[in-house]
Amino acid sequence: MTEEENKAVSSLKEIAQSIYDQIDTGKIPKMTLPLRTKSNIRFDPKHGVFKYGKATGARSAKKVNGALMLLRTMYVLEFLEDMIADKKSSTLREMYYISEGWEKAKFNSQDESNMLAEDLEIVTACLREDFKLRPEENGASIIGDITISEMDRKGRLKTINCRDDVGDSGYGIPNNVEKEKLQLISTNAKFVVAIETGGMFDRLVENGFDDKYNAVLVHLKGQPARSTRRIIKRMNEEMRLPVVVFTDGDPWSFRIFASVAYGAIKTAHISEYLATPTAEFVGITASDITNYKLPTDKLTDMDIRALHAELKDPRFADEYWRGEIETMLKLNKKAEQQALAKYGLDFVTDKYLPEKLTNMGVLR
Amino acid sequence: MSSIADELAKKQKEISVSEFFERNRHILGFDSQIKSLIMGIKEAVDNSLDACEEAGILPDVVVMVERVDKDEFRVTVEDNGPGIVKKAIPNVFGRLLYGSRFHAVRQSRGQQGIGISATVMYGQITTGKPAVVVSKTGVEDVAWRMEIMVNTKKNMPDVLKEDPFIWDGKEHGTKITYHMNGRYVGGKQSVMEYLKQTAIVNPHSKITFVDPDGKRTTFERATDKMPPATKEIKPHPSGLELGTLMNMSKDTKNKTLGKFLQLDFSRISDRLAKEICDKAGLSMEVNPAKLSLDQQKALLAAIAAVKIMAPPTDCLSPIGANLIKKGLRNVLDEVRPEFYAPPVTRDPKVHSGNPFLIEVGIVYGGGLAKDSQVQILRFANRVPLLYQQGACVITKAIENTDWRRYGLEQRGGSGIPFGPAIILVHVASTKVPFTSEAKEAIANLPELQAEIELALKICGRSLKTHLNKRETKSKTKVKFEIVQEILPLIAQKSAKIVGKPIPKLSGSITKIMNVVWIDDAVTFEKGHQRVRVSIYNYTPQSQKFNLHMVLPPGSFDYKGLQFFPSEVREDGKVSWELPKIASTERLEINFSLNGLNKDDYDENEIYASGINPVFIIGAEPLPGDWDLKGLQITESDEAPVVEDEDEEVDYDESTEALNDD
Repeated sequence: MTEEENKAVSSLKEIAQSIYDQIDTGKIPKMTLPLRTKSNIRFDPKHGVFKYGKATGARSAKKVNGALMLLRTMYVLEFLEDMIADKKSSTLREMYYISEGWEKAKFNSQDESNMLAEDLEIVTACLREDFKLRPEENGASIIGDITISEMDRKGRLKTINCRDDVGDSGYGIPNNVEKEKLQLISTNAKFVVAIETGGMFDRLVENGFDDKYNAVLVHLKGQPARSTRRIIKRMNEEMRLPVVVFTDGDPWSFRIFASVAYGAIKTAHISEYLATPTAEFVGITASDITNYKLPTDKLTDMDIRALHAELKDPRFADEYWRGEIETMLKLNKKAEQQALAKYGLDFVTDKYLPEKLTNMGVLR
Repeated sequence: MSSIADELAKKQKEISVSEFFERNRHILGFDSQIKSLIMGIKEAVDNSLDACEEAGILPDVVVMVERVDKDEFRVTVEDNGPGIVKKAIPNVFGRLLYGSRFHAVRQSRGQQGIGISATVMYGQITTGKPAVVVSKTGVEDVAWRMEIMVNTKKNMPDVLKEDPFIWDGKEHGTKITYHMNGRYVGGKQSVMEYLKQTAIVNPHSKITFVDPDGKRTTFERATDKMPPATKEIKPHPSGLELGTLMNMSKDTKNKTLGKFLQLDFSRISDRLAKEICDKAGLSMEVNPAKLSLDQQKALLAAIAAVKIMAPPTDCLSPIGANLIKKGLRNVLDEVRPEFYAPPVTRDPKVHSGNPFLIEVGIVYGGGLAKDSQVQILRFANRVPLLYQQGACVITKAIENTDWRRYGLEQRGGSGIPFGPAIILVHVASTKVPFTSEAKEAIANLPELQAEIELALKICGRSLKTHLNKRETKSKTKVKFEIVQEILPLIAQKSAKIVGKPIPKLSGSITKIMNVVWIDDAVTFEKGHQRVRVSIYNYTPQSQKFNLHMVLPPGSFDYKGLQFFPSEVREDGKVSWELPKIASTERLEINFSLNGLNKDDYDENEIYASGINPVFIIGAEPLPGDWDLKGLQITESDEAPVVEDEDEEVDYDESTEALNDD
């Protein structure tokens, strides 16, 4: 067992021990966890990311829901321990289905079982990968001049350059992008562009943007998976590559940027692993809509509600974002990144990105 | 000069009573076509039921409504009563204000005898057709058939035809057939509803109804026991009016004032008569018919000044809690209500010299509509009141009660409550004070209203107990699930993971539950009810408190008891001083009930005292008017267990969109 696995096992045992002791001393068993709500997110200046604050909630056997969650926790603990001992791993989905055989302790939904896995991460301060749990979703793709080595299923090292050794869809980021699985070897690129939509990613690839400007293109595929965010952070930290994020201009896309740069509310306990605090936002900004006279859509009620929620989100609490959000509310419009095609297919790679990136100091 | 006054005087003539009512039929209740149809039937059915009861016969009444024309109906009401002698038939049906019940002071449906002849009159006014009466007394072999109309100018019956009649298969009884203009409807104020309600409060009767479509509905008898006969009493002096006194003294058969007072009134003894005469300054020997106006006044004042015992109340015939429940059950069976509160029959009281009593029943839940106003069933002397609900004292009493504390919805705590319930109120009296001649609503006398409200509260309390039981039991059931199923599994698994023996659960259980749980059941075996009350102490300390139950009076069986109650009262209230029950221990009380039918008792009403009510599930706190005498109430002086960390936020309940999308 690796050091991480050892640590995981003893942390899991500690949880069980705590519950056991509480029952043994005639108390009502409970687990205390930090509250995972917007109001309990605090900025950690040391790491430059958002983490959970001090507010806690309890999961207590006093109520049926609490008691059932504690029961599920016990079952999951046992399951994880056995998995580690058997040198196996499972997806979150599989864990959800395995719970079907736990009778009373069965999970009601996939979300519930995912949340419990995250709860355990928080309480043990381990990553769920240490418990041998992997998510369902794939990471996205990378195209650019960066060389990595990946340990394949048979334990052999493969060296891959993400420009020369990959097809049109690029290098597929695996679920586990930790050091034992994936190493970053070298790169000639000068920065990373993380792109929201597949259409725009393909546009940049077809126009040869990565070659022309020495960029590593990462397709986020919407709200990015943990592994995607993790690898972006590693590229930023280990290869010293600045990161810019290029998304649609709407409140949901702003959140995509926030999760890359500041951390997601859900994973605030491991923000320092996943967030790239120095990442910058290229566009589409509210100001871009006006300045470039982009084709737009009217904001829906949900969009407006989301924007207002963002005004209260600590991650958007700086002057720049406040201004952008207010502007968009006033405009009452949103725009897609592919709207730049109004000025022709090459406008985005010939004009828009170079202009903006130069202004931001990324391109010189 | 023949003065104007003379001219006018020539024109004046007497109007007969029937002419008056002919032109003012709404006073009798014949306002609209729908109502007239119902009122006509009501008068006939009232008479049938009264007659049968007087003769000690279990009533069997058949009502048939046939449509003759667009507006015209032929109504037939037939009973198995004692019948009416030939001589009396014309006067009974053809003459207003002729009846045997007008002068009697007794509880009866047809209080004033206007009834059936008004129906005949209304029928002939609207259709021109006579009523046909067939009646046979048990004594005669032959029945008589007569066609009768009311001569309104003279207030006398006109017998158009009169024949003897062989009534096959009928021993005795009366049948009236009349034609009337009317409208037949269904729903709340309808013939069907009237007969249905009549069946509820007259469970000893069998009522059959054939509607204009030929459909036959039968309300079968719910009991073979005749209701106790009502007795006639002499008028009571309280509330006596000068005019009445003057009439009585003029008409009395007694020649001396002393005898007049003693024999023509109730509750005046020889001694009391003397006291009254002394106070009035009159001799006992004076002839009452010869008293002057001033002397009458003095007499009245003297009567008012003396203390007279309340009138006898055995002249009343309550339906009784048992039969109210049976009657309701019988008629409401298809609706399948969930709960019948034990009906309440109050002791008789007096209003204006007339004895009266109140009975209340409440039915709840099951198939009754949840979101509508509760249905109010009003009865006066076993006759349903369908109209003028808003003007009736029964309604006022219901509106004045705060039903929110009894489990019904009621905005602001007044007005007619909402919920799936039926409230039944019966006022029985030798003289029911109606608001008008139509006998549709009962007048707002404060004594009446106060009594009705008291009865409503008692019934309401039973309902609340029942609803509370249901709710808290379901809430605590959830805790039970935790404690009996989930917690042991948690203990088991955690023990397995840490490799230690399974820990004992009692400490955690009592802290989670922290209640005294009372579980009770009633079963019916071998002709007896068996009652079991199990008391579980799921609190961390031992508990000692008292248990109380309300049982049908006289039914408690002392045989085979392990725990003797400390008090068994005549009205059925039973109390136990329980021994100390240790934490996590259980105590069981078992006993039988005697002399009851299966339906008479099927749910327990349990109360507790001497313990903080917060800790008891399955028993209500003892109501304030229980009037405990010999029972030691030990106030629980152990401090309740502090619910630690109640301000803690529930982790799983802080729902917020955690996802960024």
